[in-house]
Amino acid sequence: MNIYQQINANRQKTWLIMAFFIAFISLVAYVFGQAQESGFSYLGIALIISGLLTLGSYYFGDQVILKISNARSAKRKKDFNFFTVTENLCIGVGLPMPKLYVIDDSAPNAFATGRDPDHAVVCATSGLLNKLDRAELEGVIAHELSHIKNYDIRLMAIVAVLVGMIAYLADIFNRSLWWRGRERKEKEGQGFLIFIGVVLAILSPLIAQLIQLAISRKREFLADASAALLTRNPYALADALEKISKDKEVLEAANNATAHLYIINPFKGKEFGAWFAHLFNTHPPVEERIKILRSL
Amino acid sequence: MNPVMIILGLIALVIIYLWSLYNGLITNRLRVKEAWSGIDVQLKRRVDLIPNLVETVKGYAKHEKGIFENVTKARSALLTAQNPQAMGKANKDLTSALKTLFAVAENYPDLKASENFKDLQRQLEDTEDKIAYARQFYNTNVLGYNTKIKIFPNVLIAQNFGFKEEEFFEAEEEEKKKVEVKF
Repeated sequence: MNIYQQINANRQKTWLIMAFFIAFISLVAYVFGQAQESGFSYLGIALIISGLLTLGSYYFGDQVILKISNARSAKRKKDFNFFTVTENLCIGVGLPMPKLYVIDDSAPNAFATGRDPDHAVVCATSGLLNKLDRAELEGVIAHELSHIKNYDIRLMAIVAVLVGMIAYLADIFNRSLWWRGRERKEKEGQGFLIFIGVVLAILSPLIAQLIQLAISRKREFLADASAALLTRNPYALADALEKISKDKEVLEAANNATAHLYIINPFKGKEFGAWFAHLFNTHPPVEERIKILRSL
Repeated sequence: MNPVMIILGLIALVIIYLWSLYNGLITNRLRVKEAWSGIDVQLKRRVDLIPNLVETVKGYAKHEKGIFENVTKARSALLTAQNPQAMGKANKDLTSALKTLFAVAENYPDLKASENFKDLQRQLEDTEDKIAYARQFYNTNVLGYNTKIKIFPNVLIAQNFGFKEEEFFEAEEEEKKKVEVKF
């Protein structure tokens, strides 16, 4: 596959997953509604609650993340390579210059956040800036800028709303079962629907999360491919990924809430080979990413 | 609905289509211009760094007159170049003149150790990167625009309204490779 096909395939797969996701939500809402005889009103309530919460994180998320990661803003003089490489890549894709931050941590890693290209933030650890050479750093920054250019942050925000919706749907359904009066007469076949509803209420939040992770992994591949297209140097990014993943140090600034943002999963040693472990990863296996980059 | 209405409707549709196509082409052409000014800015930056560099090197290596002349000549050629092709060539000449300058600088340890020289060298390298990326952005835009005016049915409109193909800013392969110094 050449690079354009790779990018197209990634894009199509993401939309396919999104479509599947929305179909899944509609199904869950339908079953709950039927079991409760209250139609689609559930969907509305769940959408409003999770939408409001995500809107908050959408507008203020970047500041919160920078605060909890303890990042300082980068200076042109002090972080010459970081600053100029980003400047150059922005010229290359025609993006406005994002705000740059540095986390003082010797574990090499980086992430991008912000709701659109005009409010973007790229953050790198001092370990990344010290351990990579200029070409490798260029690859990593290009990967982060691709996330910004492809509106991944916005996409993941939308997905977060959907995941939140499922969680609330399940929650509301469970509660409503609790308060169900005995006096209501059950219609033919409704018992069975309630049974399915309970199963869905338990399983659907999990399934939603799995879909979210699948989308996240697809976006990582897409960002890798776009970065290779931008720098015309997939090997440098492959080398950088290898260096970052082989590094023994653990990033202390990362926690469960911010892990999916980084270029490489900051929790090392947790990646075991079983297929279902793979399902729970925010990132595709590094070896696979390196292999694809080197074959371009 | 009578036939007159249908025909009028069709004509309106065609006009709307032509209108949006024309506006799209204009937007694309402006993007190419904008991308070109991006290259222009970086080339100017490079040109501005040269006198400073020449002065610094002169302070340590007075006798390398020929090299300074070459660099200055290439610099003014780049300043006066008008179209992408001429600019591309002048830029390439400047690159090779600078390459000799830096090769000669290797013989002067004091110069190599000078903070000012090191800073200028870094700035120049960075500017060269910037030129390369600005060129990539420009060429991507030119490719998009040229494709748009050449595909059917756009080509009919583009020809009648005087949309012409834009020139690519050619990359020199040798410029992209890193110079390896052997001892």
